[in-house]
Amino acid sequence: MKDYTILIPDMCSIHFTLFKYIFEEYGYKVEILKNEGPSVVEEGLKYVHNDTCYPALLVIGQMIDALKSGKYDLNKVALMMTQTGGGCRASNYVYLIKKALKKLNYDHIPVLALDLGSLGRRGGFRLTLPMITKLLVAVTYGDALMLLNNQVLPYEVNKGETQSVVDYWLELLGKQFRAKKGYLKGEIKRNLQRIVQSFEKIPRLYEVKPKVGIVGEIYVKYSKLGNNHLEDFLVKEGCEVMVPGLMGFLMYSVNNRIEDVDIYGGSKIIRNAAALILKYLNMYEEMIIKAVKKFSSFKAPSPFPHLKSLAEEVISRGCKMGEGWLLTAEIVDLIRSGYENVVCAQPFGCLPNHIVGKGMIRKIKSIYPRANIVPIDYDPGATKVNQENRLKLMLAVARENLGTEFNILGEMKKSPESKGYLSKLELKTEKSK
Amino acid sequence: MRIGLDVGSTTLKAVVLDNDDNIVFKSYERHYSKIAEKTVELLKRIIEELNIDDYVNISVSGSAGMGLAESSKIPFVQEVYATRVAVGKFIPQADIVIELGGEDAKILFLTNGLEVRMNGSCAGGTGAFIDQMSTLLNISPDEMNELAKSHEKIYTIASRCGVFAKSDVQPLLNQGAKKEDVAASIFYAVVNQTIAGLAQGRELKGNMVYLGGPLTFLSELRKSFDKSLNTRGICPENSLYYVALGAALMSQEEAQNLKSVIYRIENNSYKGEFISSSPLFANQEEYKEFIHRHNSERVLYKDPDEYNGSAYLGVDAGSTTVKATIIDEDENIIYSKYLPNSGNPVSIIKDFLIGFYDKYPNITIKSSAVTGYGEEIIKNAFQIDYGIVETIAHFTAAKKFKPDVDFIIDIGGQDIKCFKIKNGVIDNIFLNEACSSGCGSFLQTFAGALNYSIEDFANLGLFASKPVDLGSRCTVFMNSSVKQAQKYGATIEDISAGLSSSVVKNALYKVIRAASADELGENIVVQGGTFLNDAVLRSFEMEIGRNVIRPNIAGLMGAYGAAIYSKNRSKGESTILNKEALESFYHETSASHCGLCSNNCSLTINTFDNNRKFISGNKCERPLAKKNGVKQLSIYDYKLKLLDSYKPVKGPRGKIGLPMALNMYELLPFWYRFFTELGFEVVKSPKSNRDLYLKGQYTIPSDTVCYPAKLVHGHIESLLEENVDTIFYPCMSYNLDEGLGDNHYNCPVVAYYPELIAANVEKVQSINFIYDYLGLHRPKDFIKKIHGILANLYDDISLEEVKKATDKAFEEYNLYMEKVANMGKHYIEYANKNNLPIIILAGRPYHVDPEINNGIDKLICQLGAVVISEDSIGDNLPQVETNVLNQWTYHARLYSAAKYIEDKPNMNLVQLVSFGCGLDAITSDEVMEILESEDKIYTQLKIDEITNLGAVKIRLRSLMEALNQGRESK
Repeated sequence: MKDYTILIPDMCSIHFTLFKYIFEEYGYKVEILKNEGPSVVEEGLKYVHNDTCYPALLVIGQMIDALKSGKYDLNKVALMMTQTGGGCRASNYVYLIKKALKKLNYDHIPVLALDLGSLGRRGGFRLTLPMITKLLVAVTYGDALMLLNNQVLPYEVNKGETQSVVDYWLELLGKQFRAKKGYLKGEIKRNLQRIVQSFEKIPRLYEVKPKVGIVGEIYVKYSKLGNNHLEDFLVKEGCEVMVPGLMGFLMYSVNNRIEDVDIYGGSKIIRNAAALILKYLNMYEEMIIKAVKKFSSFKAPSPFPHLKSLAEEVISRGCKMGEGWLLTAEIVDLIRSGYENVVCAQPFGCLPNHIVGKGMIRKIKSIYPRANIVPIDYDPGATKVNQENRLKLMLAVARENLGTEFNILGEMKKSPESKGYLSKLELKTEKSK
Repeated sequence: MRIGLDVGSTTLKAVVLDNDDNIVFKSYERHYSKIAEKTVELLKRIIEELNIDDYVNISVSGSAGMGLAESSKIPFVQEVYATRVAVGKFIPQADIVIELGGEDAKILFLTNGLEVRMNGSCAGGTGAFIDQMSTLLNISPDEMNELAKSHEKIYTIASRCGVFAKSDVQPLLNQGAKKEDVAASIFYAVVNQTIAGLAQGRELKGNMVYLGGPLTFLSELRKSFDKSLNTRGICPENSLYYVALGAALMSQEEAQNLKSVIYRIENNSYKGEFISSSPLFANQEEYKEFIHRHNSERVLYKDPDEYNGSAYLGVDAGSTTVKATIIDEDENIIYSKYLPNSGNPVSIIKDFLIGFYDKYPNITIKSSAVTGYGEEIIKNAFQIDYGIVETIAHFTAAKKFKPDVDFIIDIGGQDIKCFKIKNGVIDNIFLNEACSSGCGSFLQTFAGALNYSIEDFANLGLFASKPVDLGSRCTVFMNSSVKQAQKYGATIEDISAGLSSSVVKNALYKVIRAASADELGENIVVQGGTFLNDAVLRSFEMEIGRNVIRPNIAGLMGAYGAAIYSKNRSKGESTILNKEALESFYHETSASHCGLCSNNCSLTINTFDNNRKFISGNKCERPLAKKNGVKQLSIYDYKLKLLDSYKPVKGPRGKIGLPMALNMYELLPFWYRFFTELGFEVVKSPKSNRDLYLKGQYTIPSDTVCYPAKLVHGHIESLLEENVDTIFYPCMSYNLDEGLGDNHYNCPVVAYYPELIAANVEKVQSINFIYDYLGLHRPKDFIKKIHGILANLYDDISLEEVKKATDKAFEEYNLYMEKVANMGKHYIEYANKNNLPIIILAGRPYHVDPEINNGIDKLICQLGAVVISEDSIGDNLPQVETNVLNQWTYHARLYSAAKYIEDKPNMNLVQLVSFGCGLDAITSDEVMEILESEDKIYTQLKIDEITNLGAVKIRLRSLMEALNQGRESK
């Protein structure tokens, strides 16, 4: 496989850049696909059942578009896709890719199923334990960079400065990875501290902006291709955006193994193993939280156990297909952290989101009346104009809420730390040291 | 002075307010997508009339206003928000605003927590929808309003989207339903759509305000809302202008010079990029060559004045047009007509026949056949010899042009029919379904909206330099794609060409789902009225990269095929009404309800002269009281009766309610026995029907979920009405493991719908709603878990008791499955003995519900087949190696059943797919592959809340016909 070029469709750009470094460290030639444009959707429509979820259609369209571009030797190229388990149809992506390749007479192109859950037991791409560890470290860095970028970018004084800090760190981490560094606990801590500090140093404007959180089906939540550059749009509209990190989803996936045994019974060995892995992942998340809290005034991610408890007031943790209860919990968490405006992004007709997204909005609103949640459907036919119009409606309400809030808070003394639901609006304090 | 502009999808509105918020100017007009020009005109008028020469505040709103705002730097106000601002100012006592626009529908909840809702991406029930329907009725919306005033009854019309509604309305018209009733029914459909799509669990109560064009102009629409919501809403003065008013009120940013605003609009609105494809024709020469090539495919027309003797009539009573053709002994056309179906095909054919008889008394019609939507009523009205299914008619005609034709595609007014021919037999049929709807009437509606005739509009595209790439989805999406392209300066020509090619792409990639031209075939014949447009034809050839044959009678092929069919089967004399009979011809319609079963079908009774009657609208043959001697065996019927036999037994622990929906259909025997053993009186929710659905409609949060799931809401409401104090509806990630797949999941919707009920049906808070997570796949753990749950509510329940009840419950479940399997075996034996075809009507256990399956099982029976289901094949099911993850219990059976029939020549499989079922996007491809590997025909029937079975019938009849032909040829 090492003389092949492995194509991976992009999802969260920051994370995937880091993943690429790790694959390269192991001698794989990897390319993260970023091709966009109408031909991507067209190929998807041609080779994937049109009622299949949009992410499958896009990802496969993107792969085929790349294969047909002439850039790759088709005898020396492979495709990589994550293989998830569970009752959502997303578990069929790898199979759908294989079907599409067959239609194209490209059956000889290997499809590598990246299966974190089974450690390659199901015959996918064989990930070694050290490799998995390294990928998790990359997730940690990726989450931190994404989190900080989101909180600094809208306020930066010098346009482009935040991006250059992100780029700086991606490059530096790449260098470290190549030197087999940056993976040890101490190194991670040190790196995280420096990352946080370098973002804290970026001069920012004192401005009150509507705060918008993004949750959703994992692909359209993160992928620019999937969500028509949602984050860029929101930032352009003058918002601060928060996108919960990838580690939460990994922890959720592992945690499901535990819940399953608790709810339906089953092997205690599996349960214990899952609990152990969860603890391990928890450690990484804790490192981010600590670094952010200690070295900055930024909002740190909510710890996973906290999300678990937040889910409980709305939905059971037995709800585990797709993004499951995590999506609901993330909405609640965002609202409680001051991101009262939430975009819930899903592919048109996404099955789990009927329940955990659209299905829970009413209940969430009854608990948090000020929540301003807008579900946006993504699919090949949905146009940007329509989506943006809906987003603008959400933003109009957001600005109105902000206005009333600001009047109240104007009389209060600024409290730099937001505590609980009632003091949602943190007033940004300029703390450039 | 403050100006508010509202650029909607179809209209442009403006309001000017003076400093005391008085309206000093207002204007409302259609913009025909010429937004920039019209806006400039309007602003100039404002300057002139109000003598403005200083700076003014201005802002723009509306769904099509965003582009204008961006390019001309006028502040933009989101339109729903603008409405809210204006209502807050002028009608402060309002609680709820319902605003319908050209292409959108909105509800604003103003009190008890502000909430604003807009229609999602599925957008039936808007002004465009009403326009579309009125076009179909061949009247203006105002006339529709007038007609609706004198309606007598309301038909159920699917309101989710225009496509569904059309396929409901057209048959009603064809069957002779009164326009008055249809008009009123359309308004009710709009109401339903608004409630279902937008209320999403919030009850519509309080002071209601109606805004927007449709609600302003159509009094009957307002009445329908009033009636359905049990309220009296007000439609205020200036109800058309609220968005514009809001925009004016919000325009408080810096004042602008109006003249420079105009300058910016004029100079900046045409910039930007839209995605385009290559032109259809590079030059006139190419076009000439194309025309020449297609002119060579001809049927000859003969002059009827020079003909005496036998002739054969073919009628194609299509959805939007009626075609009639008379041929001579040599299959030349001697007389033909292509007429718009203005809602009453009977009078059209009557005029046609009278005209022919009068003109050509020396020509005798020896045989006749009719096909198309109006087949039955025309056949009955005029006593036509044969009624044939459309696919056969088209195939017969296509063979005349290309004897070795292997693929036919017909794009008509509102349906796309494609079929593959293998060994002279129709092998595979594709028909368009919902969300794959770009057909002829789609082009027509667009042309009409832009004020063109369809011919002119289509021809505009021939030489467009940059045809817009519009993708291939439904009309509603298409409208916004067009809007987006126009924003970037696409011309009408570009849009015309783009629409033509989107019709083609829709057919290829959504209906046929072909990956390449080779999949279609080598000898392709295209037909249907839509292909008479050169732009569509050209797009098709370009898209598949192959030349095709378009007969010169592309629009008449159905009728021509029917004529040939009737000639081939002529008995020497036709039963058709002759001249004398036509003179006393008489036709009247009346409406009624069947009442013979719970479906309570709306019937239309057509009465002809000599007291001949024809009843339509029925889902089954019962009201017709026809008997044909063969037993109608459907396992669906049997299962329904079996489930019905679980009657409540009074018990000491009181009532427990079970909603008869989704997975409860199969697990009922288990839960019934389980709770009955524990001393509960098990109350099932009543049988599903439309009313039950409507009862629960207001709590449905996601309008794109499948119909079986939506019905759950109605079942829960019904149980609440029966005053049960406990409802049991558990979440179940897993189903029972039947060993057919790699895992045994339920689909996410089935698994977790109880969560959604708990979160959205407020009333369940006041009872014990048990929706805990349970798994029957691990009985021992189940016992502990359920005991824990029940012991919490009933402290005297012992573990021992629960254990015993569980054992009994499993016994009952197994017994039920065994009974079904035994009956299946019995049916198969009966079919084999009587040489009847067997159809495995595959789907989910809950497809047994007649409200969900629309009586399709009975329809298959009527066509002479025995109906069984996957679970009635019993334990003979093989495990299948699939190319997809085989991890859902119900779906694993599906694959196994497809495999099972491999070596059974008299068995075929028809798959029922609920609209919105995400998993079936995966299973249907897989089942098709399995069946094709067995040389079987794959038939998929998409079902939703539709009541019309027209398309389903075509499919099934074609399938049966193909099976017959297949048998004959063997």
